[in-house]
Amino acid sequence: MDEELQREFDRVVAAEQRIEPRDWMPEGYRRTLIRQIAQHAHSEIIGMQPEGNWITRAPSLRRKAILLAKVQDEAGHGLYLYAATETLGADREDLTQKLINGRQKYSSIFNYPTLSFADVGVIGWLVDGAAICNQVPLCRTSYGPYARAMIRVCKEESFHQRQGYELLMTMMRGTEAQRRQVQDAVDRWWWPSLMMFGPPDDASSNTEQSMAWRIKRHTNDELRQKFVDMSVPQADKLGVTLPDPELRWNAERGHHDFGTPDWDEFWRVVKGDGPCNAQRVAHRRKSHDDGAWVREAATAHAAKRAAKESAA
Amino acid sequence: MSEPRSSWPLYEVFVRGKRGLNHVHVGSLHAPDDEMALRNARDLYTRRNEGVSIWVVPAAAITASSPDEKDPFFAPSGDKVYRHPTFYAIPEDVPHL
Ligand SMILES: [Fe+2]
Ligand SMILES: [Fe+2]
Repeated sequence: MDEELQREFDRVVAAEQRIEPRDWMPEGYRRTLIRQIAQHAHSEIIGMQPEGNWITRAPSLRRKAILLAKVQDEAGHGLYLYAATETLGADREDLTQKLINGRQKYSSIFNYPTLSFADVGVIGWLVDGAAICNQVPLCRTSYGPYARAMIRVCKEESFHQRQGYELLMTMMRGTEAQRRQVQDAVDRWWWPSLMMFGPPDDASSNTEQSMAWRIKRHTNDELRQKFVDMSVPQADKLGVTLPDPELRWNAERGHHDFGTPDWDEFWRVVKGDGPCNAQRVAHRRKSHDDGAWVREAATAHAAKRAAKESAA
Repeated sequence: MSEPRSSWPLYEVFVRGKRGLNHVHVGSLHAPDDEMALRNARDLYTRRNEGVSIWVVPAAAITASSPDEKDPFFAPSGDKVYRHPTFYAIPEDVPHL
């Protein structure tokens, strides 16, 4: 029987159809998806913090309203993704506990600090830009609920990237000090953005199986190259320099050559030793604890109402 | 220690994109009661005018066909090809049909 189910699963995946929640699936497929989607959801939720840092200090009401909407979207992205994990049998509260106890990870990019308002623009341009590169292919991932969540997310991401780029264009038209702030932010975020695609293919242990299951559609290095090729002309137009002396067009390959990210730094940050790891998780834990009374009150209210209705 | 939030029931959310269309399933959420489910659904799934009407349904109230039953369950429609317009051969020169 299991062999027959496995054959049907393989057929659906190979035919580019979607696996749906009530279908049989290999245990490894389910586990891999839960881990990947949960990590993705956690990244959206933790990702609210670096930018949230600037909401109260946005330079105008317009920028504040935009930033609020963007950060709210990221909360929404987290929730779409938690909903997708639940179709696989995961429990949302359990995943939150794993995040605040440091047992599950989120994207390392959010462990870097946002030092000036230019960082808000650079995050929108580069960090959301890299996220888009990662996420567009996931709209065709083999698990239906994940693919549908990614379609919703991608529709919203393009606002994120454009508001960031527009913010930077505005600053570049400003004073010399503002232009320096933009360049400084680009210098700090460029390499961590390249690391968002994960370790190089020869050091990425899960890639092969995930590609076979069509959870993943491109390798880390393919996506990284695509991101570099997209970003170079955007940086030119903006008038900033990407901080990589090895970056140049390679006509033979039809792609840009670029330098190697500092993978030691990457692994240090992944393992918890980045500039903001402890702060990010502590903040998430605190806001979860601070919200406990709201959750309790809502539960009590619902119980009281239900009791009244059944008595009536 | 507070109640885990998962003790809130799971609701499935359906949105009517615009007048003239069916409600379509868009995802799920947890909420303590129907009213909060509806409010949360508005904030989560219709931040950009994606809908003119929302349904929230406790997931526990939904009865679904199971995939193992799929073939026999849907068989009655599978062998009734005459329900589809393409079943009928009509000459090319008959207009508006
Ligand atoms: Fe997002
Ligand atoms: Fe975003």
